Amino acid sequence: MFEWLSHMENTKPLALVIFFVTFVGIILWVFSGKKRGERLESYKNIPFLDEDEDSGARQPKEVADKDQDNG
Amino acid sequence: MAQGAVAADAQYDYDIIKKFAIMALVWGVLGMAAGTYIAAELAFPFLNFDIAQITFGRLRPGHTTMVIFGFGGNALFATSYYVVQRTSQARLWGSGLANFTFWGWQAALVIGVLGYLNGITDGKEYAEFPWYVDVLIAVVWVAYLVVYVQTLRRRSQPHIYVANWFYLAFILATAILHIFRNLAVPVGLFHPESYSLYSGVQDAMVQWWYGHNAVGFFLTAAFLGMMYYFVPKQAGRPIYSYRLSIIHFWALSFMYMWVGGHHLHWTALPDWTSSLAAAFSILLLMPSWGGMINGIMTLSGAWDKLRTDPIMLFLITALSFYGMSTFEGPMMSLKSVNALSHYTDWTVGHVHSGALGWVAMITFGSFYHLIPRLWETRLWSTRLVYVHFWLATIGIVLYIAAMWVSGIGQGLMLRAFDDYGNLAYTFIETVQFMHWPLVVRMLGGVFFVSGILTMCFNIAMTIRSAKLEQAAIEAKIAAKLAGAGA
Repeated sequence: MFEWLSHMENTKPLALVIFFVTFVGIILWVFSGKKRGERLESYKNIPFLDEDEDSGARQPKEVADKDQDNG
Repeated sequence: MAQGAVAADAQYDYDIIKKFAIMALVWGVLGMAAGTYIAAELAFPFLNFDIAQITFGRLRPGHTTMVIFGFGGNALFATSYYVVQRTSQARLWGSGLANFTFWGWQAALVIGVLGYLNGITDGKEYAEFPWYVDVLIAVVWVAYLVVYVQTLRRRSQPHIYVANWFYLAFILATAILHIFRNLAVPVGLFHPESYSLYSGVQDAMVQWWYGHNAVGFFLTAAFLGMMYYFVPKQAGRPIYSYRLSIIHFWALSFMYMWVGGHHLHWTALPDWTSSLAAAFSILLLMPSWGGMINGIMTLSGAWDKLRTDPIMLFLITALSFYGMSTFEGPMMSLKSVNALSHYTDWTVGHVHSGALGWVAMITFGSFYHLIPRLWETRLWSTRLVYVHFWLATIGIVLYIAAMWVSGIGQGLMLRAFDDYGNLAYTFIETVQFMHWPLVVRMLGGVFFVSGILTMCFNIAMTIRSAKLEQAAIEAKIAAKLAGAGA
């Protein structure tokens, strides 16, 4: 087995197969399963769990004023 | 607000981020000014004044090092240390080690750039540092990885937000690239030169494996990390599709490593290697555009922000340039197109559409979001952000349009034959043709440098007003305490 792996003409296609199968596996894993999809999409809110400083007052003054005008 | 701000400052380590952010701007001004000067030298060669230190050959690696590693590198340290803390809701691990990454990185840049100006270089594009600077960078990089991973281990979130994946891929890939590109035996302990472990076509292959993956992981993946945090934060809405961001990440990681060979079409490199690189370059279009669409669609339903928020303009324009340059790159990697474009200014224009349009614009947008938050204040002037945006955008358009004219014209002239099979143009005729496009490119550089100088002024005034605000608050508190005491 080790002898077989030591030949580049064997390891290169093997690596290609491993990478390709892994990548396809990742795509299937990400896009299959409704519950998994919902869980993965919920992670998009992580940057907003830390909201202490994101009030309008922190925005450029003109932008904050406009936001306020727009209600 | 003030209370929340104080709490954030106490919870997170902002000092190290402030230092990196300021140095990013300092190196940005120096690097872009150097770039504009060498652009002027190409149009008006007398500008080297026969001073060896400022000739194109020496100043050019200084320019690339200052903008890529100085401006880009410091911006990545700053934003990654910010993003990892904010998305993990944990304080940065090892403030001493983080400070070491700051001073070590600045030292490497200063030693490296001064060396280039005085003729000390390894002569490998984007990896010109001599061996002792390479060793320093390797040590700094290990420290960076330790700080980053240890901070992630402290996180309050079970999930690691996708921006951190991109930053981690950048840190790991850069370590591998840096170490293997720079494997060499020093001539002596007190000698700046070294013998590379590679030679001939192997050296060329390793060089462009390094060079293109530096583009892929340093200038793309890492700045995508920036995009995946700052675009949603500035837009006030989450990224369009988190699942798409996962596919974006893995597709880039699987594909980028294969494409370096497209820099070596029609050379001694085996034909199948460069064909494989071209095929993977075309495949890369899909994840690149998937990521670009993911970023831009984050604004879906809130496009009006582009009318009211100049920071959003920077971020979305950056994504547009990301899309444009990741379309142009695969097209140029096709062998038939490359036969025309290679060794011409078209390549230079392509690089700058990515470097100025994507890397610099996403950094500017992220910094306009980040810096007021670091100093607990608001931007001194929004109008100046608009001024900066237009100066930068006009500069980029002038730059890349001039390089298209110069490069495509140059390529066509170099390949033209007359009826007898002789070259239709002499080399000097191509140089004469390129003169005016080179002048316009220099003007584009002047616009872009004016833009970053405007930003520096705005940021300096922002920090100054933050300090004045802080002093006023402290004076009020002191007066109240004195009143209460009496």
